[in-house]
Amino acid sequence: MSLYNDHTGHVAAKYIRNAVIIIILLLFALATIFPIYFMIISSFGDPVEAGAMSYSLIPTKISLDSYKFFFEYSEYSLRWLLNSLFVASVVTVSNVFFASMAGYAFSKIRFKGRTALFTLLLIAMMIPYQVTQVPLYILIVNIFQIQNTYSALILPGLVTVYNIFLAKQFMSSIPTEVLECAKIEGCNQFQVYFRIILPLSKTVLAVMAILTFMDSWNTFFWPFLVTNTMDMQTIQVGLKNFRFANTTYFAPMMAGATISALPMFILFFSLQKYFLKGVTVGAVKG
Amino acid sequence: MTQLAKPLKKRRIKGDGGWGYAFIAVALVVFAVFTAYPVVSAFIISFQDYKPLGSTFVGFDNYIDSFKDSLFWKSLVNTVVYTILTVPVALIISFGVAILILPLNKKLQTTFKAIYYLPAVASGVALSVVWLWIFDPMPTGILNQVLGFFGINNQNWLGSSSTSMFSLVLMSWLSSHGTSIIIYLAALLGIDDSYYEAAELDGASFIKKMWYIVIPCLKPTTLFLLVTGVIGSFQVFQNAYLMTGGGPDNATTMVGLLIFNNAFKYFEFGKAAAQSLVLALIIGVISLVQFKFWGKDVEY
Repeated sequence: MSLYNDHTGHVAAKYIRNAVIIIILLLFALATIFPIYFMIISSFGDPVEAGAMSYSLIPTKISLDSYKFFFEYSEYSLRWLLNSLFVASVVTVSNVFFASMAGYAFSKIRFKGRTALFTLLLIAMMIPYQVTQVPLYILIVNIFQIQNTYSALILPGLVTVYNIFLAKQFMSSIPTEVLECAKIEGCNQFQVYFRIILPLSKTVLAVMAILTFMDSWNTFFWPFLVTNTMDMQTIQVGLKNFRFANTTYFAPMMAGATISALPMFILFFSLQKYFLKGVTVGAVKG
Repeated sequence: MTQLAKPLKKRRIKGDGGWGYAFIAVALVVFAVFTAYPVVSAFIISFQDYKPLGSTFVGFDNYIDSFKDSLFWKSLVNTVVYTILTVPVALIISFGVAILILPLNKKLQTTFKAIYYLPAVASGVALSVVWLWIFDPMPTGILNQVLGFFGINNQNWLGSSSTSMFSLVLMSWLSSHGTSIIIYLAALLGIDDSYYEAAELDGASFIKKMWYIVIPCLKPTTLFLLVTGVIGSFQVFQNAYLMTGGGPDNATTMVGLLIFNNAFKYFEFGKAAAQSLVLALIIGVISLVQFKFWGKDVEY
């Protein structure tokens, strides 16, 4: 008994129906996957100017010359990847740590102004980023004067309201009795947080870490605004500059795009479960 | 038993006020400096002719100038057009796909979810690079080849003001809908079987079950995706910036991009701040209206 007819007694009918469904889904999958496929296949082409070339959808040869071209374009190509890795790692660790602490406080510790502060955070979450973009830029560049440093790339993202919200939502479901017990046993708040809250929140924190890392790795505009030398740029900014400097080099551009996306693909395939969980963890009302 | 459990549940750990502040200290400082202060500052800047050394107060000039600027109106229209063409289609696609995935077994469900989600992990810059070549205006361009197969003439996709907006819309249609598909599927799996059983006793068909059970049950999900989709679409500018730069002839200049250009191309910070606040207001009003009209009988 469900939305679909069970076709009880008609096994063949059920198989045919599912086969038709799978074919439709596969066709749609082809359409969504196509840009990625096209990117990877084309990146193995020769690094020649596009001119009158035609694109082939089936790889005719596999050559890594375009990757070499991308890395030789600038002495900083590798540095872009390392910058992205460094910034994303720091941002991820600090988010998991500080957001879980704040989430614990907002869900389980009673202190004055707690509700008011949390409401303030929620309201702030609805403000479009365009509003804060200009003042934030002025703050970093004119007031703190730290443009083109790792601090400028990292500080504004140290802990996001969204992650605090995520942590708070999850931790509210941890029974308070458990924490009471620990307190009676003589744990102070930090021990409760470290020994009970963190282990119990492992899954949600893993989801948070992965999504934060991906966001930070893929972010383009902020690093684009606050960096002005090649050695400080992240891979996304570097890729954009490479694109504008080599408008006709088709295969190397695809190689660059593949390089920027590859770490995320690897992460996705190895931690797929957490990625898919991450979608519903913040969205579906709990 | 229940009487005993209740007061226990309500009781929180007491006398830990100091710990509470200590735990939120870092988060609060980051929030105050990098979110709260910029928001307040945006209001102030929007009334100023901003100069790094000594801004002058200009009252509502930035707002008045914006509303007199035909480009601001054009960018608003572009944003609305883009939103109307992308958000409902995205909802329909994700709903349809989620319905189709539903009868499959768990393993196939996960596989398809992963496939549809995959493009979302690639960065916007990487995808824009790829789409730039798909939209290659030469007859050898991928999209032109596909359409040539159906006998449709060569198009200068991103370079002509008649097709550039459609190109961005097409790109959005074929981008990752994984997130909404997964959310819809989760909601579909949450519908209680007893509804269907009751409907089947009454001899309801697939279409009827769809109309009277599935669609009403998924209303909160649809509302959530609609509101977040519209909010996201009103802020969109990465694709426009990377693919067309807002051109040709400002045919793809969205509000988000206009604000970016005013701020970081022309360095008119005051004007950009004023326009960003107008955008925030518009987004707020639209979200509210959606909740009012759609959310009447939605429970949260």
